[in-house]
Amino acid sequence: MIDKRVATLADAVAGIQDGATVLVGGFGASGVPVALCHALLDLGVRDLTIVTNNAGAGETDVAALIRERRVRKIVCSYPRSRGSIWFEGRWRAGELELELVPQGTLSERMRAAAAGLGGFFTPTAADTLLAEGKEVRIIDGRRHVFEEPLPGDVALVKAHRADRWGNLVYRTAARNYGPTMAAAAALTVVEVDEFVELGELDPEAVVTPGIFVDRVVRVEEP
Amino acid sequence: MIEPLTDIQVARRVAADIPDGSYVNLGIGMPTLVADCVGADKEIVYHSENGILGMGPAPAAGEEDFELVNAGKQPVTLLPGGSYFHHTDAFLMMRGGHIDVTVLGAFQVSERGDLANWATDVVGMPPAVGGAMDLAVGARRVLAITTHTTKDGRPKLLTHCTFPLTAARVVDRVYTDLAVVDVAPDGFLVREMVPGLTRDELQGLTAAQLGFADDVGTMSRG
Repeated sequence: MIDKRVATLADAVAGIQDGATVLVGGFGASGVPVALCHALLDLGVRDLTIVTNNAGAGETDVAALIRERRVRKIVCSYPRSRGSIWFEGRWRAGELELELVPQGTLSERMRAAAAGLGGFFTPTAADTLLAEGKEVRIIDGRRHVFEEPLPGDVALVKAHRADRWGNLVYRTAARNYGPTMAAAAALTVVEVDEFVELGELDPEAVVTPGIFVDRVVRVEEP
Repeated sequence: MIEPLTDIQVARRVAADIPDGSYVNLGIGMPTLVADCVGADKEIVYHSENGILGMGPAPAAGEEDFELVNAGKQPVTLLPGGSYFHHTDAFLMMRGGHIDVTVLGAFQVSERGDLANWATDVVGMPPAVGGAMDLAVGARRVLAITTHTTKDGRPKLLTHCTFPLTAARVVDRVYTDLAVVDVAPDGFLVREMVPGLTRDELQGLTAAQLGFADDVGTMSRG
């Protein structure tokens, strides 16, 4: 019997350790696993490395983790946004390390980890500050930069519906990093709007197959 | 005193160069104006880096879906025929040469087509890159849209960029409020100028040698 559904947010994040690398889905406010971020906060873990597109805004999710000094390092493509006061404050104070990664490279590094690859060469960032210190190879006459895989200890993902096997569908553009992050972490935890019975999701339309998912928790609309 | 074109007039000029049937990604800011200027006679499929093809205009007030947003995190809509996909596929489209045209803002463009549009020399601002490098490197045709000089009159078309590069040798054509300038194998080649501007005046506002096409046209204010 496979049943990846858990009853509470505390169960969903149980066992996550200090120092973990946590992949957090979302693009701006779209597709952010807000409830799981707050469960992680309540768990009390620290020294986290957070991998995410934006560095949080306002007082919720990633911004709250930064505010409460749970984050040692953030790996991110666009940390600056309207209301990213906690990121900016901690970064300026030298209390938060930032690894800036081009967005497609961020996503592809996680995909490489998910696919068991040892990295890849890309022309993105060649001849720029973000390639400093990285191996360069000329491929087809063009400079390519070597990028390493980026696996997570944990992925926190938001999806729309899940069944007990952990098959997922998403809503509109909230899908964003979810499928890649789900596949790139040792422990993938998903918050969903709805549970459905096994067989109810159209197999032609399943976006993330359950093999990539470890725990799903239902979160009521606020 | 020559009157430069307005942003919308420059956007109209860019829109005229986008072929019917193109898959197009518009950068944040001034480039987004281009979508408003493409004629109804053309069918253009807009791509958004967070996982949308067939992106439509902003929804009416009260009808926003805050998970369905564009790269600038503004609510958008999906046109019939549109699709959603995950982040890694969105960037595969950008990095793998599947986007026909991108229109990007620019702080500086060099005479060999180097683009600087993600970081300036302002100290103390946390860096942010997003998808700029991926798009500049991967789109088949890269169009830059910008004012010809900064607000305080410094040229943006230069021999070498002084700001950090987004990508080297990528820009095909620059549209400014004064001219349309190709990046040709031997440097900048002026294709069109605003009415009344002399070649010497344009050269005086440019920090690289300008060549002029045999048939330099006039940029319309229409």
